[in-house]
Amino acid sequence: MKVSILQFPGTNCEYDTQHAFEELGATTEIVWHKAESIPSDTNLLVVAGGFSYGDYLRSGAIAKFSPVMKAVGEYAKNGGKVLGICNGFQVLTEAGLLPGALKRNEHLHFISKHHHLKIVNNENIFLENLNNNDVVNIPIAHHDGNYYIDQSGLKSLYDNNQVLLKYTDEKGEVKNPNGSVDSIAGICNKEKNVFGLMPHPERAMELILGSDDGIKMLQGFLKA
Amino acid sequence: MTAIVNVSLKAGVLDSQGKAVHHALDSLHFNGVADVRVGKQIILKLNETDKTKAMADVKQMCEDLLANTVIEDYEIELV
Repeated sequence: MKVSILQFPGTNCEYDTQHAFEELGATTEIVWHKAESIPSDTNLLVVAGGFSYGDYLRSGAIAKFSPVMKAVGEYAKNGGKVLGICNGFQVLTEAGLLPGALKRNEHLHFISKHHHLKIVNNENIFLENLNNNDVVNIPIAHHDGNYYIDQSGLKSLYDNNQVLLKYTDEKGEVKNPNGSVDSIAGICNKEKNVFGLMPHPERAMELILGSDDGIKMLQGFLKA
Repeated sequence: MTAIVNVSLKAGVLDSQGKAVHHALDSLHFNGVADVRVGKQIILKLNETDKTKAMADVKQMCEDLLANTVIEDYEIELV
């Protein structure tokens, strides 16, 4: 199983992501943003977290024009699996591969802490090792994690089972850290091959780090 | 020619920065402010001399990069 991980200038979670997937038995390759193609044996493409191009102008706005993004669009269109974590989620919304946009956190703070998430829909490869309403503990670290989509877009997300994760407390009661619409922490596209979330499952792979709940999420991608 | 582009969150999209500034003004006893919206201004010095062409170019820049039209509106002024 091969996981390719995109690296823009300013990406800073590529090695954590690499470590996480290698611990799960995958082989990995870091792909520089100037590449014009995705390695042909890629089973999962990860747009890793960080601050692509310093997040100047808007998070992810400049990264969407990197040479590699054309290949990412084609890879996704052909059914390739893509996972965007944090800045990667922002890049995927800016590139139009996922609906909606990420705004500045409601209280304008950078938030870095463990947070609980509830599984809203597990009918997808990302969350199939978890059950609906399961609560997991996954860290968040973002300034622009306030997910926004208009009302008709939101309805469409629910109609197509695209809302995957919500921010909650440890009991699964809604607890919204950043003002996201409906407390949404992660979504996927209609075809269920492009996923985006603000929390960092790759930072929750070992109990010594406070949680290993990220394992079940990332394992979903590594099934044949 | 210079193009001044003002980008702001769409009406109806909560402007947290505007709210924070509004609260700060309130606490300074500037009580006559009904609402605050904070945006950003991008000033472009253009080589183009034809206004129609310049406007079309800048509009395309806004759609492609300068604004995220999911959440933001933009206004262009040529001077």
